[in-house]
Amino acid sequence: MHAVYNFVSGPLLWVSFILFFGGSVYRIVSMVRMAKKTDPVVYHFWSLKYALRSIFHWIIPFASENMRKQPAMTIVTFAFHICLFIAPLFLFAHIILFKASWNISWMYLPDTVADIMTMIVIGACIFFLVRRLKLPEVKYVTSCSDYVILAIVAAPFITGFWTFHQLPGFRIMGIAHILSGEIMLAAIPFTRLSHMFFFPFTRGYMGSEFGAVRHARDW
Amino acid sequence: MINKQNWDWENGEKEIADIGTWKDKFLGVEEPYPSPDGEKIAAIVKPDEMEFSVCENGTVWEEVYDKVWYLRFGPDNRLTALVSDTAEWTLAVDQAAWAHRFDYVWDTHFSEDGRRIVIAAQKDGRYMGVTDDTPWETDFETMNNFSVSRDGEQTAAAVQIVSFQSGDIFKFQEGTYSVAVNGRAWPNNFVNVWEIAFSPDNQHVAAAIRVNLYDYTIAVDGVPWRQTFNGVWEPQFSSRDSSVTAPVRTGGKWMLAKNGEVLWDRQFVQLWHHQYSPDGATIAAIVAPEFGRWTVAVNGKPWSITFGDLVTDMVFSPDGAKVACVGKEKGQWSIAIDGVRWPGAFDMAWKPVFSHDGNNVAAKVEKNGQYSLVINGKLLQKQFDMIWNPIFSPDGDKLLIRGIKSGETKYYRQVVPLAELF
Amino acid sequence: MTESVSKESSLIADEGLDKGLARLTSEKIEKTIKTILTNETGARLKTYVSTCVHCGLCSDACHVYLSNRDPACSPVGKIKQTIWEIVKKKGKVDAQFIRRASEIAYTECNLCRRCAMYCPFGIDISYMILIVRRICHKLGVTPHYLQDTAQSHSATLNQMWVKDDEWVDTLQWQEEEAQDEIGDLRIPIDQEGADFFYSVIAPEPKFRAQLIYQAAVIFHSAGVSWTMPATPGWDNSDMCMFSGDNEMMGRLKKAHFETAMRLKVKKIVMGECGHAFRSVYDVGNRWLGFREPPIPIIHSIQFFYELLKEGRIKIAKKYAKTVTLHDPCNTVRGAGLHEMIRMIAHETCEKVIEMHPNREHNYCCNAGGGVINCGPPFKNKRVENNSIKADQLRNVKEQGAETVIAPCHNCHGGLEDIIHTYKLDMDLKFLGDIIYECMEKPEE
Repeated sequence: MHAVYNFVSGPLLWVSFILFFGGSVYRIVSMVRMAKKTDPVVYHFWSLKYALRSIFHWIIPFASENMRKQPAMTIVTFAFHICLFIAPLFLFAHIILFKASWNISWMYLPDTVADIMTMIVIGACIFFLVRRLKLPEVKYVTSCSDYVILAIVAAPFITGFWTFHQLPGFRIMGIAHILSGEIMLAAIPFTRLSHMFFFPFTRGYMGSEFGAVRHARDW
Repeated sequence: MINKQNWDWENGEKEIADIGTWKDKFLGVEEPYPSPDGEKIAAIVKPDEMEFSVCENGTVWEEVYDKVWYLRFGPDNRLTALVSDTAEWTLAVDQAAWAHRFDYVWDTHFSEDGRRIVIAAQKDGRYMGVTDDTPWETDFETMNNFSVSRDGEQTAAAVQIVSFQSGDIFKFQEGTYSVAVNGRAWPNNFVNVWEIAFSPDNQHVAAAIRVNLYDYTIAVDGVPWRQTFNGVWEPQFSSRDSSVTAPVRTGGKWMLAKNGEVLWDRQFVQLWHHQYSPDGATIAAIVAPEFGRWTVAVNGKPWSITFGDLVTDMVFSPDGAKVACVGKEKGQWSIAIDGVRWPGAFDMAWKPVFSHDGNNVAAKVEKNGQYSLVINGKLLQKQFDMIWNPIFSPDGDKLLIRGIKSGETKYYRQVVPLAELF
Repeated sequence: MTESVSKESSLIADEGLDKGLARLTSEKIEKTIKTILTNETGARLKTYVSTCVHCGLCSDACHVYLSNRDPACSPVGKIKQTIWEIVKKKGKVDAQFIRRASEIAYTECNLCRRCAMYCPFGIDISYMILIVRRICHKLGVTPHYLQDTAQSHSATLNQMWVKDDEWVDTLQWQEEEAQDEIGDLRIPIDQEGADFFYSVIAPEPKFRAQLIYQAAVIFHSAGVSWTMPATPGWDNSDMCMFSGDNEMMGRLKKAHFETAMRLKVKKIVMGECGHAFRSVYDVGNRWLGFREPPIPIIHSIQFFYELLKEGRIKIAKKYAKTVTLHDPCNTVRGAGLHEMIRMIAHETCEKVIEMHPNREHNYCCNAGGGVINCGPPFKNKRVENNSIKADQLRNVKEQGAETVIAPCHNCHGGLEDIIHTYKLDMDLKFLGDIIYECMEKPEE
């Protein structure tokens, strides 16, 4: 058990960091390079002003028409994404580990807050799951991989919650937590989770075309 | 070439006609056209309700017609117009209407010396070319891209050879069009036929064609190049070896090809309107070396200056040593010669005109609704309500200016020594 | 991936699709697709496909989906049935797949780009549908009527097989007609140096010549300097852009722009057409290498707006019937001209009732993007697939609207069928119709 723990919290962690950072840089750089060759139109018509105008309208809750039409989805999506980032990055238990390993630390969240945020992420994942199963237009375009991705995202939070609350079998859950977190990190650049860093490009390009060329809003 | 020697090259200004007075004489006066030598000015006029005629230097043609359009002077200063009487159309040349009548006529062309006059005509739903009142012996179901050789002796057009029912897309795809030269069609058909070019000796014809929905090439005297491309533009003959060149598109880039093989080692975002210098030694083309930037490439080498909006009206000097064009950047038009942009930006600029020795260049320009000339890069201070393209004297020392001065209605022809222009 | 078959019938017979299909082999399909994916696509397609999180949020953007609630008709549903499979299987798809993909791409999507405003990532679904159309064009599986139009473009440089002489003859005929109303009115043909070249789509000389008449009266009354060419290049329409024949689109746009250059005009004012605007404003020009149109393109909406604002045309008596406004996708999402449409409507009409959603959020007429040009075989489906528009119209009709103003030819075609089929009994007008009817005309 200890050996497994050492492995997942040691070498595997490094592997996942390398895959995440290396993979992200690779995906972005190769996309940017490829676009120069295959889609120069993106460069010709990219407008920082209108790209930002569009991006802002899509990162502010209810700033776009579709967000207003789908209030539940909007609330859940924003809550999900915010908690997804904030909870793990400012979790006391995580910061302790950083402190222990590299002697760096930063502000952290009270455990109760982090706990609530974790539950929000898990709840949001359930919401997304139900959406995929119940809404015909979502179900129609859902493939196996969508469930897998959802599971990849939900797993670190479920296992983390489990471990934190020391529910039965929490030791093995602790290892599962680290492992699932690593899997998620490593998966980001190589799955549709890459929407995390492609969002500014796709949204920004559409914003540029709508704003600078077509003089219209795109939100 | 037109003989300018016998034109009046005496220095001085000559008032030809006061167009302003025409408005009082007729119910309507359309826009005026001057003859190349500047001695005449003419306009389509309405002497009465439902009547059309032509007023030339203040004198109205004897005939009136149901309709007159496309008033044009030929290079030899003869005045032509497309005229209709009781729903029959023909061409009138210096008042004399041709004997042949048609259901419609259009697209007047002249040989370089003006001796031959050619029009496109339709009669009973069939199409043909007509040279000096002589129609082709064969007519066709459809006809377009009507073209005339420099000597005016040859005419050619894209014509439909095989009939297909409206909506029969598959018949069309088998190839139903060809090129008819003087009314005689090439033996083979193509899916499409577009721009047609004659060789400098007027004996050969090349055309841009599409052999199926996807493959484009050039056909020379009916025989397509072996190679096909994703696109082609107008072909040109070389005067040196009767080879044919055309811009071709492969892999999303444009190149210049000669007899089907790539000629220039450079690719462009766009390449079109290539031209041979009169001696055939040089080829210039309008190109976009990069997306959204336009310039002229001479023998494949683009100028260093580029324009953002467009380049047009590219022209060689008669000796082939210089190339001039009109360019537009941020909505402003200007003239460039051999890669150097002339100072001054205008609301519009016309095709530059070279003197015979190529030493002098002039162009018509417009700013704030007033017209003037730029000569060798300098803007003439005098302004005109209307001006037509300037013409250099045969020795290149004088300029013939044809125009209507600002605030006046009188049309003048003026011969000015270049030395006295500024 | 589970193959769920769309409720949309794939059994509509179409000679172009069916005969085209018969010519296909699996090798040809694979080779053609691979060539296009390799040579003509890249980062954008890859990013769009890998960024889409299959959330379905684009569904509510699509009038086809909103009309029939068939998930196969949502934007992403159409993408799933076409480009995802094509990319995933690297072109190893069968002829029946191409048949269905073609029908989806040509007849179930108008490329209206509303979904790009509903997708959180701004994924350009119309771009991907155009890739599918490109593939279908290269495979020769295009709807019969659309293909016929594309072929007309190639042979005549106009959309309706209008011959060179018929064009000028029509202009002269309209000039003569208009001279009965205003004696000194002219349609100046091939007048070099005029301020602008008025370009139209071929259905105007072919079927709706009175629109040229009306435009001439408006221009004459406004005292503007204009011309129409005597040569091909007069038609600004472009079904090749929609059939996937990009090369021919380039040839058409070249002819159009070069006609303007030859005539030495300072701008091109174009008639009330949406798709043609798209083609000359930001699609065809780019294919040729022009960043922007080399000669500025002014849509009639903008031109009328300027004429009214500058007081060059004056309204004698406002249009009495209550009107509503249909925003054409290509001039609203495509050019942001919606407020100008409203200004013109309020200046010329007694009462304007808005349809909702409107402006950039308008519902397409379901005729655009070449869909109506696929002709009679797909007409019923086209009308059924836009019941949401019928609902919108019925709603404003109940509030008193009698006339629909739609400044776009395709919208007219689409709305006319909707109004007829759903028995809405409303008039359909162009802005030019209203202005012509209500303006002060010179005394004769």
